[in-house]
Amino acid sequence: MPTPLVVHDVAKTFTMHVRGGVRLPVVENVSFSLKTGECAVLGGPSGVGKSSILKMVYGNYAVDTGEIIVKHRDALIDVARADPRTVLSIRRETIGYVSQFLRVVPRVGALDIVAEPLVERGMPRDAARERASVLLARLNLPERLWHLPPATFSGGEQQRVNIARGFITDHAVLLLDEPTASLDAVNRQVVIDMIEEKKTAGVALLGIFHDADVRERVADRMVDVSAFAPARAA
Amino acid sequence: MSTDTIEDAPLLKVAGVSKFYGSRIGCENVSFELWPGEVLAIVGESGSGKTTLLNCMATRLNPSSGTVYYRMRDETFRDIYRMGEAERRLLMRTDWGFVHQNPADGLRMTVSAGANVGERLMAVGERHYGEIRASAIDWLGRVEIAGDRVDDEPRAFSGGMRQRLQIARNLVTRPRLIFMDEPTGGLDVSVQARLLDLLRGLVGELGLSAIVVTHDLAVARLISHRMMVMKDGRVVEHGLTDRVLDDPQAPYTQLLVSSILQV
Repeated sequence: MPTPLVVHDVAKTFTMHVRGGVRLPVVENVSFSLKTGECAVLGGPSGVGKSSILKMVYGNYAVDTGEIIVKHRDALIDVARADPRTVLSIRRETIGYVSQFLRVVPRVGALDIVAEPLVERGMPRDAARERASVLLARLNLPERLWHLPPATFSGGEQQRVNIARGFITDHAVLLLDEPTASLDAVNRQVVIDMIEEKKTAGVALLGIFHDADVRERVADRMVDVSAFAPARAA
Repeated sequence: MSTDTIEDAPLLKVAGVSKFYGSRIGCENVSFELWPGEVLAIVGESGSGKTTLLNCMATRLNPSSGTVYYRMRDETFRDIYRMGEAERRLLMRTDWGFVHQNPADGLRMTVSAGANVGERLMAVGERHYGEIRASAIDWLGRVEIAGDRVDDEPRAFSGGMRQRLQIARNLVTRPRLIFMDEPTGGLDVSVQARLLDLLRGLVGELGLSAIVVTHDLAVARLISHRMMVMKDGRVVEHGLTDRVLDDPQAPYTQLLVSSILQV
């Protein structure tokens, strides 16, 4: 099976310069890979560095050492060393990300937020909105909210906008940071179905799920992040 | 935001640019490339050298050393400081735009809104009055100024409207590169949000490259792809905007990010 993502020997430490240069090692020796059509779940207690790993893969956190190799436009690229333009190109075409919280943009309505990743890839706005409305309807977001900016939405409504935005593209790799955290049972089931469909389509998923029930239903494999805890020598 | 126009050459190449005021540093040894469709934010506190750097690139200030190469429409790279004055001025009026913090610095306050927009079209040789006026009204609409204000002078406009008019005036010639100096400074927050949304849309739609000086990190996050952090005239950090803001590496960037008040 093809391997669209390989994380090799990655280490990350935060240095807090405003706190007198305190060093907080987060993870080290992080090594795993993702295969097409599987969902790997990052496991381990809170604070063990699960979100940090997702953010490094997405290029949102800097990587101190190691490599994150992704297959992008038929080339292998190290996200850890890629320049900003390349990272943006990877995000547009190869790696999608559903964050825990929606970052709202003033004045932009929910439907356009969801459609944006397709518009950025050159799809006409009307066609992109059409696709966005199908997803929002599937996630049971009331239609009267579609044209409103989500700033005033509830946590669960914002999360569904976020999920629709992340799932609308056909990226080969999809990162999920607690996508079901603030959803009710009905919508949780919708997300589980959507994850299954992504797997069938050959997408490689890497997720964090605190909800044990969801985790067991979607996970093909666990990656235990506790195993990457830094040696407490320092 | 889109950077779909990935081409194989940058639009602007800045190498080793320094500006000294006597023995005082304005900015020192700044190098970077700007690509088509890319928005670069330059952030830092007052006196960090960000506006000096912007002015050095926009030919408003002569750098003490360094070069600024621009890719012309004929695909040749030209050192903007080795161009003749007339050619440079034509570039500024057609292929480039400059949005000032204070709209009064970029507008002619005593001629009509329509004339403010039309003036740049005339500078590129447009002579047909009806077409100039139609173009002006179209651009006023795109920056959300009602067409029936076309004959009003900007003196009669609010601050937010003036700033939107300044943007229309700059974009009417379809420039490829636009410089902005604190474009949302001095505006109310709700007015700021509207302007930012508008800028974000226009930049994406027109595939513009932009260099935006701002001290407001939220503005940088919303509209830029890449961010350069300056302190005492030097670049202390440079990278993907969300990476710099969410995982700042330099001590000064960490201080800036941690000083933002949360609402």
